[in-house]
Amino acid sequence: MRIVFKTNYMQDIRPWKDAYQLCLYLILLAVVAAAPWWLDDFYLGELTNVLIWAIAGLGLMILTGHTGQVSLGHAAFLAFGCYANVILLEAGVPFLIAFPLAGILTGLAGVTVAIPALRLHGIYLAIFTMALSILMDDVIVLAEPITGGVAGKYLGGVEIFGFLVDRWGTPVQFFWLVLGVAMLVTLGYINLLRAPLGRSFIAVRDSEVSAQAMGVDIARTKMISFALSCAVCGWAGALMGMYSGAFNNETFSVLISIQLLMMIVIGGLGSIHGAFLGAIVIGFLPQFLSISKEYVGAVFGGNTVAIPGLEFGIFGMILIAFILFEPMGLYGRWLKIRTWFELFPFYRKDMFKRQKSYLKTERLR
Amino acid sequence: MSLLEFENVTLKFGGLTAVNDLSFEVEEGEVFAIVGPNGAGKSTVFNLISRFYDPYAGKIRYDGHDLLKAKPSGVAAYGVARTFQNIELFEHATVLQNLLVGRHRHRKSNMLSEVLFLPSARRQELENREKVEEIIDFLDLQAFRDKMISGLPYGVRKVVEVARALATDPKLLLLDEPASGLSVEETTDMRWWIDDIRRQMGITVLMVEHDMGLVSGVSDRVLAMADGAKLALGTPAEVQSHPAVVEAYLGKAS
Amino acid sequence: MDNAQLLISGLANGCVYGLIALGFVLIYKAAEAVNFAQGDFMMLGAFVTIGLTNTEYMGLPFWMALPISLGIMGALGYLLDRLIIRRLFGESQTAVVILTIALGFVIRFAAGLIWGHEPQTLQNPLAGKEVRFGGLVLGMEDVAVIVVTILLTWGLYVFFSRTKLGLAMQGASQNQLAAYYMGIPVKRVQGFIWALAGVVAGIAGILFAAKGSVDPTTGLLGIKAFAAAVIGGFGSLPGALAGGLIVGVIEPFASRYIAAGYSQIAPYALLLAVLIFRPNGLFSQVRVKKV
Repeated sequence: MRIVFKTNYMQDIRPWKDAYQLCLYLILLAVVAAAPWWLDDFYLGELTNVLIWAIAGLGLMILTGHTGQVSLGHAAFLAFGCYANVILLEAGVPFLIAFPLAGILTGLAGVTVAIPALRLHGIYLAIFTMALSILMDDVIVLAEPITGGVAGKYLGGVEIFGFLVDRWGTPVQFFWLVLGVAMLVTLGYINLLRAPLGRSFIAVRDSEVSAQAMGVDIARTKMISFALSCAVCGWAGALMGMYSGAFNNETFSVLISIQLLMMIVIGGLGSIHGAFLGAIVIGFLPQFLSISKEYVGAVFGGNTVAIPGLEFGIFGMILIAFILFEPMGLYGRWLKIRTWFELFPFYRKDMFKRQKSYLKTERLR
Repeated sequence: MSLLEFENVTLKFGGLTAVNDLSFEVEEGEVFAIVGPNGAGKSTVFNLISRFYDPYAGKIRYDGHDLLKAKPSGVAAYGVARTFQNIELFEHATVLQNLLVGRHRHRKSNMLSEVLFLPSARRQELENREKVEEIIDFLDLQAFRDKMISGLPYGVRKVVEVARALATDPKLLLLDEPASGLSVEETTDMRWWIDDIRRQMGITVLMVEHDMGLVSGVSDRVLAMADGAKLALGTPAEVQSHPAVVEAYLGKAS
Repeated sequence: MDNAQLLISGLANGCVYGLIALGFVLIYKAAEAVNFAQGDFMMLGAFVTIGLTNTEYMGLPFWMALPISLGIMGALGYLLDRLIIRRLFGESQTAVVILTIALGFVIRFAAGLIWGHEPQTLQNPLAGKEVRFGGLVLGMEDVAVIVVTILLTWGLYVFFSRTKLGLAMQGASQNQLAAYYMGIPVKRVQGFIWALAGVVAGIAGILFAAKGSVDPTTGLLGIKAFAAAVIGGFGSLPGALAGGLIVGVIEPFASRYIAAGYSQIAPYALLLAVLIFRPNGLFSQVRVKKV
C-alpha cells in the first residue's frame, strides 16, 4: 500500500491521491480518447454505447448509490431527456443550447416527481418510480402530437461549430461528443463528492436522524439529489436518442429502468467507478454472448439460433452471484484484489468484512 | 437569561405521558446532567430539543428564541449539536467525512459553485478541514481519520460521535449517555474531554448519563427525573442525597 | 347486465392478482422482505402443472398433478430461501428486492427454454363448463377462482392472527434478533413461509392457466399484483385481496368507459395516487415511526 505523507490540506481535497494515481487516470483517458485509431467502427460504436450507459449509471448512482433512494423508474427520465432534446432540435434550437436545456428540463421534471415521493421510503419509493416508468410509455402514446406516439421520432446528425456529428455518418465525432459529456459529468460528480452537498447526500443515505441533527434538511437534500440525478439521466437519454437514431414509446421501457439499476449494483453502489464498470458489463455482455454462441456452435455443431431472454437470463444470474458473493460489486472486488497485491503476503480475509445489521422493523403492527 | 429553558413541557404518546410538566433551565457555561432510571424520559428531552417530537404543551426556549418554531434541521443552525444513545454515525463514510458533515451548517456555497468547485468552494473546504483537524487533534482521532466507520470498534465510534457534534461549532452540546458501554479508562478519558470542552471551548454541555461517578465528577448541576417528571434539581451531592431520588433508585426504606 | 358481467370477470381477474399479492404480503409479513419474483413463481406454477397434466407432456390425471405441482412449488420456495435468501440474512431489503428481480429474469429464461414461448392453456376438468344465474353467464373457472381465493385468504388470515405459529412468524419479521432470543426458530419459520408463498403462487398459477393462457412473460403480471398489494396496504392479507379486486375491476371499466388504452394506465395511476395520498395503503392503520 502506498502511504502518502500529507503536508497540506489540499492533498485531502484534491481528487487524486498522488501524482502516480493522477498519471494512471490520465493515461487511461488518453487511451480511450484515442480509440478511433485502434478500434474499428463497429467496436467504436459499442464503446460509445458503453459510455452513454455509464453516464446514465452516474445519474442513477447519485440518487441510489449516494443518497440511498432506490429508483426503478429512471428510464422515464432517459425518455424525457431524449424527447426534450429532439423536440428542441426540431424547433430549430441549436444543439449546444438544446442539449444542456434537455438535461435541465429533465432535472426539473425530476423535482416535480420528487415532491410527492419525498415521504416514501425504500421499497415504496422503488414501486412509485417503477409505476412512473410504466406510465411514461402510455404518456408518450397519449402525447402523440408532440412525441410522435407509437410511430416514434427520428433524429439525424446535429451540427456543432459547423462540424456534423452523426452516429452513422461521423461515428468518431459522435464518440468524442459522448466522451466529452462523460468526462464533464464525471468531473462534476467528483467535485460534488468533495463538497458539502455530496456529503449531505451520504449523510441522508446512512442516517436520516443524525443528518437532520447536523442541520441537513432531508427533504431539500433528496430533492436536489433527484434533480441532479434526473438531469444527468436526461443527458444520457438525449445521447441514447442520437445513438439509436429512431425511438418510440417502447424504447425506454421499464426493463431499461431495471437494467440500469442492476448495472450500478453489479458495478458497485456508491462509487463512480461502479457506474463505468457496470456499463462495461452491460455494454459488452451481448457481444460476449454472441461470440461465445458462435464458438459453442462451431465446437459442438449445434444451431446458433438466438435464444430469447438469454441475455436477461445470464444477466440475472450474474447479478444474483454478485449480490450473494460480492455485494460491493466489481469495484469492491477490484479493491480487494488491489489490496491483496499491495499487502502481499499480509492480506487478511476479514479486512473488508462488513458488520451485519439485523433487521428491525419500522412497522408497528 | 438562561441558554436553554423548558417551561411546563408535556409530551404524550397516545395514552402514555413521556414527559410530564417539566421545567428547568440550563445556564450558559455549565455542565448540566440529567439522571434517572430507564424510561424516565431523559432521551425524550433530547429528542424534544432536536424537534423530533412536538410537545403536547409547554414552551422550549433557546437563547431567547422559541425553539418550537424551528424545523428539525434548523436546530443545528442555532448552535445546538447532539450525540445519540445508539450511535447514529454515517456507517459507510470515513471518520473525516463524518466530521465534515458536522460542518454542514456553515455551508455558504451553492450547488453550482460546488459542482464546478470554484475558488469560493475551495476556500470553504479549506476552512472546514482546518476546523475538523483541530477536533481530530483534540480528541486523539488521528489514527482513524481515513477509516470507515463500519470497521471501527465501539469505543472509538462514541468518540467520533462527540467529535462530529463538536465539528458543528456548537454553543450547546447534548451528550446522550456518552459513557455507556465504555471501559473504565475510556470513561476517564471522556470525563477529561467533557471538562475540556467546557473550559477550553466554552461550550455548554447538557448530558444524560447513568454513570454517577462521571456525573458527579463533571457536572455543576443535576436534574433527576422519574416517569417523565422532575424529582430533584441541584448540585450532584444534593441530588444524590435527596430522599425522593434515593427512593426512586433504591425503593422505599421500610 | 353488461356492467354486471364486466364486474364478475373483473373480479375473477382481480382474484388472481389478489393471490399473487397474497404471496407478496405473506413474505413481507414474515420476513419483511419483498419477493419481486412472485409473479414469475406463479407463471412457473402454471407451467409445472401444464407439464404434468397436459396430454402433449406427461398427461397425468388432473387431480393427481395438482398436489404434485403444489408440492414442487413449495419445495422450490423452500429451496430459494435455503440456498439464496438465507445468505442475505441481516442485509438490507434493497438487496433482496434486486436479487428477486434478477431471479425473475432467470425463471422467465428457464421457463422459455423448457416449455417454449407459445401461450398454453391448462387442460382441466372445469374447462368449458358454465354456470348461469339471472342472465349472467359465468365460466366454471371464474367461479373456482373466486371461491378458492376467498377460502385461501380467509385461511391465511386466521392462521396469522389466531395461531401461535402465525404470531411467532410476525414476531420474527419485526425484530429478527429479539425473536431469535425468544426461542423462535427464525430461520426455520422463514423457510416455511417461503415454501407457503411458493404453494400460494402455485395455486394462483393453476387458476390463471385454467381460465386463460400462460407464456413466460406472464410473470410480469407480478408487477401489477405488486401494485395491488401496495394499494391494499402492504402487510395486510385481506388488504392484498381487496387491492387485487380493485385493480381487477378497474381495468375493464377503464377501458370501457374512458378509452381502450386506459386499462393499462388505470391501475398504475391509482397506485401513484395511493402512494401520494395514503402511503400506507387504503386499508391500513396509521403507523408511527419511533426515533
